[in-house]
Amino acid sequence: MQSALIVFPGSNRDRDMRLALTKANDGKKPIEVWHGDADLPKVDLIVLPGGFSYGDYLRCGAMAAHSPIMREVKRRAEQGVRVLAVCNGFQIACEAGLLPGVLMTNAGLKFICRKIDMRVETTASEFTGGYRKHQVISVPVAHYDGNYNADADTIGKLQDQDRIAFRYSDASGKVAPETNLNGSMDNIAGIFNEKKTVLGLMPHPENATDEICGGTDGLPLFQHVVGALK
Amino acid sequence: MKARVHVTLKNGVLDPQGRAIGQALHSLGFADVGDVRQGKVIELEIKDALAKKPRAEIEATVKDMAQKLLANTVIENYSVELVG
Repeated sequence: MQSALIVFPGSNRDRDMRLALTKANDGKKPIEVWHGDADLPKVDLIVLPGGFSYGDYLRCGAMAAHSPIMREVKRRAEQGVRVLAVCNGFQIACEAGLLPGVLMTNAGLKFICRKIDMRVETTASEFTGGYRKHQVISVPVAHYDGNYNADADTIGKLQDQDRIAFRYSDASGKVAPETNLNGSMDNIAGIFNEKKTVLGLMPHPENATDEICGGTDGLPLFQHVVGALK
Repeated sequence: MKARVHVTLKNGVLDPQGRAIGQALHSLGFADVGDVRQGKVIELEIKDALAKKPRAEIEATVKDMAQKLLANTVIENYSVELVG
C-alpha cells in the first residue's frame, strides 16, 4: 500500500498525517507531492491534509482546489483511487467537486480547537470498517469553517445512501442540536462520495493516533483503510 | 474596462457574520437596522483584447469566472457589473 500526501502552501497538518500514515502502514512513509506538481505517482491512497492553504483566500479551499495537482487528484479519484480529505482537505475536496456541499464559517463565529466526540454512523466503508456502528470516538478539531451545508436534496441523498460517516455527538452517542459543534446540517462531521472511495471530515483522526498525544481513537481509521488496500 | 462581481449568500443560507454585524450596529444605537447580510465585491481589470468585444461576450466570460472560481454556487449568488 502506497499513499501520497498532497502539500499545499499553508498546509500545517501534513507532518502529523505523515506520522499517522507511516504508523498504520508498517513504517512505510507516504510520498509527499507539492501542489504545483502536475504529476502524481501511482498510489493507492491520496491524502489532502489540514491547514490553511493559500491563507483561506476567497473561500477556504477555493484556491487549492484549482492548483495544478488537483486536476490529477480529481482524475485519479474518478478512477477509484481512495482519497482521505481532512479539515482543510475536506474544504478543498468540496470546492473541487470531489464531495458535495460546502464548509461555512462556524455558526458561533469562533475558532474551535479542542477534543470532541463524534459518532461513527456507518461501518460499511474501507475507512470506517475498523469501528463499531454508533461507536463514539474522541478526536481533536481545529477549525473556523467547519459548518457543513448542502441543499436539502443532497442531505437526503447522503442519508439515504449511507454516506454520512460521522456525526458530532456527546460522549454517550447522543446526536442532538446541543451536541452540534459548529452548526453543521444534521450534525455532519464527515461524508463519503457515492462510491465511498472519498472520505472528507473536519475532525483530525491523525491527531489521535498516539497515547502520548491524548488518545488513539483515530488509529483504526488509518489501519483499516491501509489494510483494505494492501 | 473593469468588471465588478458581487458575491452574496443565497437567501435562506445562515449568515452568522451578517448577524454579528447587525448586532454591533444595534449596540451602536442604529436601532432601525433589520436583517444584515454580508458579501464581497471582486473588481477585475479587463484587458483590451477582451474589452473590445461585445458586452454580452465580456459578461459571459466574467460569469464563467464566477461559476468556476469567484462564487461557490452551492451557497452563493453572483452578479456581474461592467464599468467603463
